[in-house]
Amino acid sequence: MLTFTRRRLAAVALVAATALLGTTGCGGGDEPAGDGPVTLTVDVFGQFGYADLYQEYMASHPDVKIVERGTGSNLDEYSPKLTQWLAAGKGAGDVVAIEEGLLVEYKANPQNFVNLLDHGAADLKGNFLDWKWNQGLTADGKQLIGLGTDVGGMAMCYRKDLFAKAGLPTDREAVSKLWPTWQDYVKVGEQFTAKKTGAAFLDAATNTFNTILLQTAGNTSGYSYYDTSNNLVVGSNPAVRQAYDTTMDIIDSGLSGRYGSWSEEWVSAFKQSKFATIACPAWMTGVIEGNAGPAAKGKWDIAQIPGNGGNWGGSFLAVPKQSKHQAEAIELAKFLTSAKGQIGAFKLKGPLPSSPQALADPAIVDSKNAYFSEAPVGKIFAEGAKNLKPVYMGPKNQAVRTEVENAVRTVELGKRSPQQGWTDAVANAEKAAAK
Amino acid sequence: MAVQLDARPPVAPAPRHSRPVRGARLSRFDTKYSPYLYIAPFFLLFGVFGAYPLAYTFWVSLHDWDLLGAEHPFIGLDNYSQLLADPDFWHSVVNTLGIFVISTVPQLLAALWLANLLNRQLRARTTWRMAVLVPNVTSTAAVAIVFAVLFGREFGMINWLLDHVGVSAIDWKANRFAAWVAISTMVDWRWTGYNALIFLAAMQAIPRDLYESASIDGAGRARQFWSITVPLLKPTIIFAVIISTIGGLQLFTEPRMFNSGTNAIRGGPLRESQTVTMYMFENAFAPHYNFGYGSAIAWLLFALIAVVAAINVLLLRRLGGGSRKEVSR
Repeated sequence: MLTFTRRRLAAVALVAATALLGTTGCGGGDEPAGDGPVTLTVDVFGQFGYADLYQEYMASHPDVKIVERGTGSNLDEYSPKLTQWLAAGKGAGDVVAIEEGLLVEYKANPQNFVNLLDHGAADLKGNFLDWKWNQGLTADGKQLIGLGTDVGGMAMCYRKDLFAKAGLPTDREAVSKLWPTWQDYVKVGEQFTAKKTGAAFLDAATNTFNTILLQTAGNTSGYSYYDTSNNLVVGSNPAVRQAYDTTMDIIDSGLSGRYGSWSEEWVSAFKQSKFATIACPAWMTGVIEGNAGPAAKGKWDIAQIPGNGGNWGGSFLAVPKQSKHQAEAIELAKFLTSAKGQIGAFKLKGPLPSSPQALADPAIVDSKNAYFSEAPVGKIFAEGAKNLKPVYMGPKNQAVRTEVENAVRTVELGKRSPQQGWTDAVANAEKAAAK
Repeated sequence: MAVQLDARPPVAPAPRHSRPVRGARLSRFDTKYSPYLYIAPFFLLFGVFGAYPLAYTFWVSLHDWDLLGAEHPFIGLDNYSQLLADPDFWHSVVNTLGIFVISTVPQLLAALWLANLLNRQLRARTTWRMAVLVPNVTSTAAVAIVFAVLFGREFGMINWLLDHVGVSAIDWKANRFAAWVAISTMVDWRWTGYNALIFLAAMQAIPRDLYESASIDGAGRARQFWSITVPLLKPTIIFAVIISTIGGLQLFTEPRMFNSGTNAIRGGPLRESQTVTMYMFENAFAPHYNFGYGSAIAWLLFALIAVVAAINVLLLRRLGGGSRKEVSR
């Protein structure tokens, strides 16, 4: 009988232990009650590279304690959470990062944020690229929601080892010369694919599509899915069609590894060296390093993007009205977005500054990235950044982009013909915009 | 105090004649109302956390409610009429029902069979019984992440195994039926043991002599199982079916975690595995932030669950009724 109960006890303990294991997985990190010193919470996604800056700021402001939340999280997980916090009037950090695509939607409801113009931000205008500053303003120009952090100047990251295997040049200057245009890029891809290295030429058609679109739009109309009067122009903007057709060439030639961007498989494909190139906005270098891991150090390099320039992404720091420490939060946001703050972030994680002073600073211009075979990232990204041509984004940009990229994805996976995909893209975009 | 119900005298006292004493009045009050007081906490909590959100969701669903917007204009039933004509909504309903059917049917059958096995004389019986519950107490998110990796297109173990037996790789996430099967596997892995224990508990309440007389009459194990065990388990099976219906039609974590990357909430580029709750989330939160529309989806889902549960009960009644007659014969 004794053995029986002991066995039963063991079984119960087993179940209990497993249950405990399950629950500890989602322990919440509540901020400590702030008596005395002020605790400022900063909400971010991905890698903003602020860790060292916090230390410095806390050292010079002994009464301030900074807690960062969301480091490394996916933008797709972060955005809805932030929106819920704003809608509920509770839960958001004192300083929040907002990606440019989402900022457009927040601008429609500026009452959720502190107007930084009321707190002396107007003097900071010269610290930012003009268009970056203007993006942070509401349509009437009366409220400044966010101060710019980074911009997404573009390059093409590639695997030297895979290029060598396919008999292609590996030197970054020579590689850049291989693809002055996207047509040339497709041709190089075809050569690469013919050598059967076991890797695809690029990761996913959707990422490349967005890159081509932002570049084409920036160089032509200056807008993509919406025109500057907020009319949906997915079906009529030649830039969208052109980007779509170029992407179809890439898919037709079988260059894509078809790894859904940001999925588990995409991350695994980095680790397993399953593709040779990836369109590379400045912030992507940090993502590649994180996904491919230390084993791939020195195997990656950075070349020029085919076509000419382009900007993808970039964020802002804003202070929600619900913050209980607005004054302190505004100070911190100003510090983090100052030229000095942007240089510090670039050094740690690579987001390209949006401040002309920072972009001209030797700390940026002369910087090299050890992970990417000592590529002169400062030169590659910073030189182009001052001439970046921004792309205007309409109110439902995110929802529309989702539909169009999904249509590209269905063609990539062979579920739709290019023509069907285009019809879907236009129809679904219209439906999404109307919601 | 509740005992007073039983302590009531068999004949009601005639109140006119006896002078009402204070104590008696109090006791009558007690008899009449205290049961309600006892059950009040449940209804209070249900009101706050169940009925109120339900009503509020309905109120929201009658408005054009942008999550961040300052104003929410009243639009009557527009959200509902739009939703009923929305092919993506019906697509998600079909997905949900499909996953529900191919997960619940084998799951309940397997649970029944497992319970039957566990009901026999086994060594280390309690260990076995607890072990089947282990999948249920692991975190759903963890289970889903592991399964999502197992069902990967290129790096997944399932495709690797299939490759060994000569089946070409399946793109589990981009094939509608394959995605349903993969998600159902997750659900079954998690809930079969739980239902088996519930069936087991009910099985133990079946009198042994029924089986004894059946075996004297020459009924084999299988015959006993279908003619005695299953019919007598009918109320428990109905309970399990209703609980599975509610859970199955609200399926969210498994399909959501099964899809990763950009817009996982869509359940694949062609919404291959998007369930109704995922569609609700997509509309109420990112990328649409249309809270009114999302609330309307929530209400239609509520209606759907009620309808499916009713159909299930009716079907089971008919099935069970037939076999009961057989037993009493």
